[in-house]
Amino acid sequence: MTISIPPTSQQSTESLQPKGWLRYFSFSLDHKVIGLQYLVCGFIFYLIGGALASAIRVELTSPISDFMARDVYNQVLTLHGTIMIFLWIVPVVNGAFGNYLIPFYVGARDMAFPRLNAVAFWLIPPAGLLLISSYFITGAAQSGWTAYPPLSITTAEAGQIIWILSVLLLGGSSIFGGINFIATILKLRRPGLKLMQLPMYCWAMLGTSVLVVLSTPVLAGTLVLLSFDIVAHTGFFNPVLGGNVIVYQHLFWFYSHPAVYIMVLPAFGLVSEILPVHCRKPLFGYPTMVYSIMAIVVLGLVVWAHHMFTSGTPPWMRLFFTIATAFIAVPTGIKFFNWVATLWGGRISLNSAILFSCGFIVNFVLGGITGVALAQVPFDVHVHDTYFVVAHFHYIVYGGSVFVIFASIYHWYPKFTGRMLDENLGRFHFLITFIGFNLCFAPQHWLGLNGMPRRVAEYDPQFTFINQLSSVGALLMAVSTLPFLWNVFHSAFKGRIAGDNPWEALTPEWLTSSPPPIENWVGEAPLVSEPYGYGMRKIKQKVDPTEEDLGGNSK
Amino acid sequence: MPKSSAILIIFLSIALLAGGVWIGQNINLLPVDASANAPVYDELFKVLFTIGTILFVGMVGLVVYSLIKFRKRPGQTGDGLPIEGNLPLEILWTAVPAIVILFVGIYSYDIYDRMGGMQPLQHEMHDHENALTTQRIWGGIGSGTVEATTVSSITPLMIDVTAMQFAFLFHYPKGDILSGELHVPTGQVITMKMESKDVIHAFWVPEFRLKQDVIPGQPTILSFTPTRPGRYPIICAELCGPYHGGMRSTVVVESPEEYEDWFRKNSKDAVSVT
Amino acid sequence: MTTLASKEETSKEEVAHDSHHPDYRMFGLAAFLIADGMTFAGFFAAYLTYKAVNPLLPDAIYELELPLPTLNTILLLVSSATFHRAGTALKKDDSKKCQRWLLITASLGLAFLASQMFEYFTLPFGLTDNLYASTFYALTGFHGLHVTLGAIMIFIVWWQARSPDGRVTSKNQFPLEAAELYWHFVDGIWVILFIILYLL
Ligand code: HEA
Ligand code: HEA
Ligand code: CUA
Ligand SMILES: [Cu+2]
Repeated sequence: MTISIPPTSQQSTESLQPKGWLRYFSFSLDHKVIGLQYLVCGFIFYLIGGALASAIRVELTSPISDFMARDVYNQVLTLHGTIMIFLWIVPVVNGAFGNYLIPFYVGARDMAFPRLNAVAFWLIPPAGLLLISSYFITGAAQSGWTAYPPLSITTAEAGQIIWILSVLLLGGSSIFGGINFIATILKLRRPGLKLMQLPMYCWAMLGTSVLVVLSTPVLAGTLVLLSFDIVAHTGFFNPVLGGNVIVYQHLFWFYSHPAVYIMVLPAFGLVSEILPVHCRKPLFGYPTMVYSIMAIVVLGLVVWAHHMFTSGTPPWMRLFFTIATAFIAVPTGIKFFNWVATLWGGRISLNSAILFSCGFIVNFVLGGITGVALAQVPFDVHVHDTYFVVAHFHYIVYGGSVFVIFASIYHWYPKFTGRMLDENLGRFHFLITFIGFNLCFAPQHWLGLNGMPRRVAEYDPQFTFINQLSSVGALLMAVSTLPFLWNVFHSAFKGRIAGDNPWEALTPEWLTSSPPPIENWVGEAPLVSEPYGYGMRKIKQKVDPTEEDLGGNSK
Repeated sequence: MPKSSAILIIFLSIALLAGGVWIGQNINLLPVDASANAPVYDELFKVLFTIGTILFVGMVGLVVYSLIKFRKRPGQTGDGLPIEGNLPLEILWTAVPAIVILFVGIYSYDIYDRMGGMQPLQHEMHDHENALTTQRIWGGIGSGTVEATTVSSITPLMIDVTAMQFAFLFHYPKGDILSGELHVPTGQVITMKMESKDVIHAFWVPEFRLKQDVIPGQPTILSFTPTRPGRYPIICAELCGPYHGGMRSTVVVESPEEYEDWFRKNSKDAVSVT
Repeated sequence: MTTLASKEETSKEEVAHDSHHPDYRMFGLAAFLIADGMTFAGFFAAYLTYKAVNPLLPDAIYELELPLPTLNTILLLVSSATFHRAGTALKKDDSKKCQRWLLITASLGLAFLASQMFEYFTLPFGLTDNLYASTFYALTGFHGLHVTLGAIMIFIVWWQARSPDGRVTSKNQFPLEAAELYWHFVDGIWVILFIILYLL
C-alpha cells in the first residue's frame, strides 16, 4: 500500500507517464488528471443510470407491468439507485472536484498520497462494469439499493453477491479518497495559510471525509456479513436461522444516512465557491458556514433510524431520531440564508453557473422541507416507502447535487480546458432541466400522499395521468442532456479561448494558467488569505508574492 | 431605509404568512380520512404544509428578487458590496428555524401520542390464549384509542395478520375466521398482531394514514379505530419481490351491524361479536 | 511542459524529504486505522444487539472456555511490548537486536494464530450452528485476518532491516513504525474483543 512509498517516488514514475490525452487513460498520479478521470467516468455512469431511470419512467406510463418483466423492473431500479449514488454523485462531488481543487486550495502540488489517489480512482471503473455486467451474466440484484434482508438473501443470489462486491470496491475507493483528503487538507497546507482562510470547499471536503472514514467501513462490514448469509448460510440477518433483520437496517443506515451528506456537503462547498465569484461579493458569514458544516457532520452521524420509523423501533428511539433529524435543518438553514445574503446586493452575472446554483437553492429548500416533514414520526408512518420519499430525495440528490455538478462544470470548464462553454446553450440547458425536473418530481409528492408505494411496476389506475406527467418531465430531463453534451464536446475544440482567469476570481486555482501546468503553479504557490475578497481594495497586494509568475502561461 | 419600502416589506411579509396559512389550510392533498387518527394526522399535515409553503415561497421570492434586482446590467463594472457577515442576522436565522423546529417537534410528538404511538406495547397481547404474551412484540402504533374511546368498547378486536409473498391473510381468533379481505366495524378499536412468513412486507392503508412493517421473526402490532364505512386498499409498501406491486388487498369498513352479519356468516364457532 | 525539478524547490516538499518520518504518512495510516476500527465497531454493535434482543434458541450450543483466550490475550500484549523494543533498537541503529525483537514479536503473533486455530477446532459449535456462533467466528476470524496481515508485515520489515544500510534504518523508520502502530491497533482490538466476547 501507499504507506511504503517514500515521498520521492512520484518523481521517477511521473516521467514514465504518457503525455497528452493519453494520460487520461493511464495510471496517472497527477491530481488534475485523476479529477477529470473521475468526472468523465462519473458522467458516463450518469448517462447509464439516467437511461435506466428513463426505462423506469417508461414502464410507469401505464398502470400495468408491460414494458419489462417484474423482476427486471426490480433489477433496473436497483441498478439505477446504486449507479446514481455510488458511481455518479459520490465519485463526482468528492473525487472529481475534490481532486481537482483541493491541492490548489491548500497550496500544494498534489494530493498527500498520489498513488493511493490513483488506486482509489481505478477501483471505480471495474466496480461499475462488474455491477452492470451482472445484469447480463446472472441477472442483477433485485432488492433495491438498500438490499434489505431477507429479500436480498433469498432472491437473485449471484446478482446480489456481485452487487456486494461492487459496492465493497466502491466503498474502499471512497475510504481511500477520504483519507487522502483529510491528510491533504490538514497536513499539506502551504506554510502561512491558516485553516480559517481556506476556501469553503475545503471545509466541506474535510467534513465529508470524516463522515466517509467513520461510516463507510460499517457498511463494508455489514455487506460482508450479508454475503456470508448468502454464500455460507450463516444466519446474521436470516430470521429462519435465528437472525435479526433489523440489525442490518441499523448498520446499513448508519452508513447510508451519512452517505446523503457525503453526497451533498461537497455540493454545498462548491456552491460556496461559485456564488461569490459571479456575485462579486464575499461569501457571507464565513465562520458560521464552517461551524454549520461541523454541526451537520456531528448530527448526521446520529439520525440514521429515521429511515426505520415503521420497522418496529421502540418509541424512545423514534422520539430521539425525530428531534435529531429535524435539527439538521438549523445548520443547513444557516447555509442557505448565508447564500441568499451573498446574492443580496451583489453584481450578479446571470450565467449558467449562477442559474444552476440558484436552481439548486430553490430545489434543495423544497427537498429539505419535505425532509423535515418526513422526520416527524407520525407524518412518516403514512408516507414512508411511497413516492413522497422518492420525490424528497430526488429534489435533493438531483435538484441539489446534480444541479451543483452542472453549475460546477460551467464554472470550472475554462479551467479544465482553457476554453469557454457557450453561455446561451448553457442557459437553455438550465431552463429545460429545471422545467423537466420539476415536472418529473413535483407530482410525485401527491402520488405518495395518495397511496402510491415506491418500487412498484404496477399501480392503481387512478394514478395513471400523474405518472404520465412525471414521465414527460423525465423525458425533458433526458433531452436536456443533449445540448449540454454538445456544448461540452463542441467547446472543447471550438470554444472561445478563456484566458487564465475569465471570471476574475480570487481563489488559488485561477491564479495560474488554464489549463494549469503539471506542478500547478510555475514558481511558488500563491498565499491567498482572502479567497472571497471581492470588492475589497486591499486584497490585491495580499495575493502573494510573484504576480508575474502567477499570470505566466506555460504553453 | 425609506419609509415606503419598510411598509412594502411589512406588507409582503403579512401577505406571505397569510397566503401560506391559506394554502396550508385549504389545499387538500390527502385522500379521505377513514380512521380515528387520520383527522389528527391531517391536522399535523396542515401545520407542516403551512410552514413549508411560507418557507419555500419566502426563499424562492428572495432568490428570484435578488437575481433580478442585483443582476449585472450591461456596461456595469466593478464588484458588489464587500459585506462579509452580520452577527445579529446570523443569530436571527439560527434562532428562528430552531424555534420552528422545536415547535414542530413538540407538536408532532403530541400528535403521535394522540395516535397512540408512545404507548408501551407488550401488555396489548394479554388476552391472547397462547404463549404470545412472553414473546417480544416490536414497535408499531400502539392503541388507536384516540378520540374514539367514547364511541367504542374498550376491549380491542384482535386480528392476526400473516404476510407472505404475495398476499395478506387475516385471521380472527374469535370465530376462527380466515380471510383474504379485512373486515372491520366502525368505532371499534382493532389491534392487529402481524408477522411475516418470508421477507419484510408492510401493511399500509392510506385512508387510515397508518403503516407498519410486517417482519419475519419479529411480530409487530398495529392498532387503529376505523370511522368511515367504505372499501379501502391495503397496500404492501415494502419491496418484497417481483410481485410486490401486486400485493394488495382490501379493507372493508362497515357499520357494526353489517360487520356482525359478515362475522356470523363466516364464523366457524357460533360466537357472536359482542 | 515544465520539468518536475521545480517541484523540488518548494519548501514544503523539502520539509517532507528531510524529515525522517514524514508525519503525514503515519497520519494517513492512523486515519485508515480509525476506519478499520469502525468496521470492528459495527461488528461489536451487531453482537451486542443480538445479545440484548435475540435470545439463544433453546437447543443451541454456545459455550466458550476462558483459559485459551486468556493466554492469547497475554501473547498479544507481550508482543506489543516486544515490538516496542524492536523500535527502540532501530533508533539506536542496532539492526541485529531490532531483527531479533521483530522475530520474537512475529513468533508471538504466530503462536496466537496457532492457539486460535486450536480453539476453533475444539469448540463445540461451527460457523453456521447459531447466530452467536456465526458472530463469534466472524469477529475472531476478521481479527485473525488482521493478525495474519500484521505478521506478514513484520516479516517484511524484518527482512528490510537486515543490515544497518538496508531499507529500514534509523533514517527510515517509517515501515517499522507503521507496522508497529498497526500491531498495537490489532492488539487493542483484541482486548476489546476479549472483553465483549468472552467476559460479558
Ligand atoms: C443528498 C441526499 C439527501 C439529503 C441532503 C437529505 C436531507 C434530509 N433528509 Fe433525506 N433522504 C435521502 C437523501 C437525502 N436527504 C434519500 C436518498 C432518502 C431515501 C432512502 C431510501 O429509502 O431509498 C431519504 C429519506 C429520508 C427520510 C426517510 C423517509 C422514509 O423512508 O420514510 C427522512 C426522514 O426523516 C429524511 C429526512 C431528511 C432531512 C430532515 C434532511 C435535512 O438534512 C434537510 C435540511 C434542509 C432544509 C430543511 C432546507 C433548508 C433550511 C432552511 C431554509 C431553514 C429553515 C427550515 C426549517 C425551519 C424547516 N430523508
Ligand atoms: C442519486 C442520484 C439519483 C439521480 C441523479 C436520479 C435521477 C433520476 N431518477 Fe432516481 N433514484 C435514485 C437516485 C437518483 N435518481 C435512488 C437512490 C432511487 C431508489 C432506488 C431504490 O428504490 O432502491 C431512485 C429511484 C427512482 C424512481 C423510483 C423507482 C421505484 O421506486 O419504483 C424513479 C421513478 O420515477 C426515478 C426516476 C429518476 C429520473 C427520471 C431521474 C433523472 O433525473 C435522470 C435524468 C438523466 C437521464 C435521462 C440521462 C441522460 C440522457 C441520456 C443518456 C440520453 C439518452 C436517454 C434515453 C435513452 C432516454 N428514480
Ligand atoms: Cu409484500 Cu411488498
Ligand atoms: Cu437519512
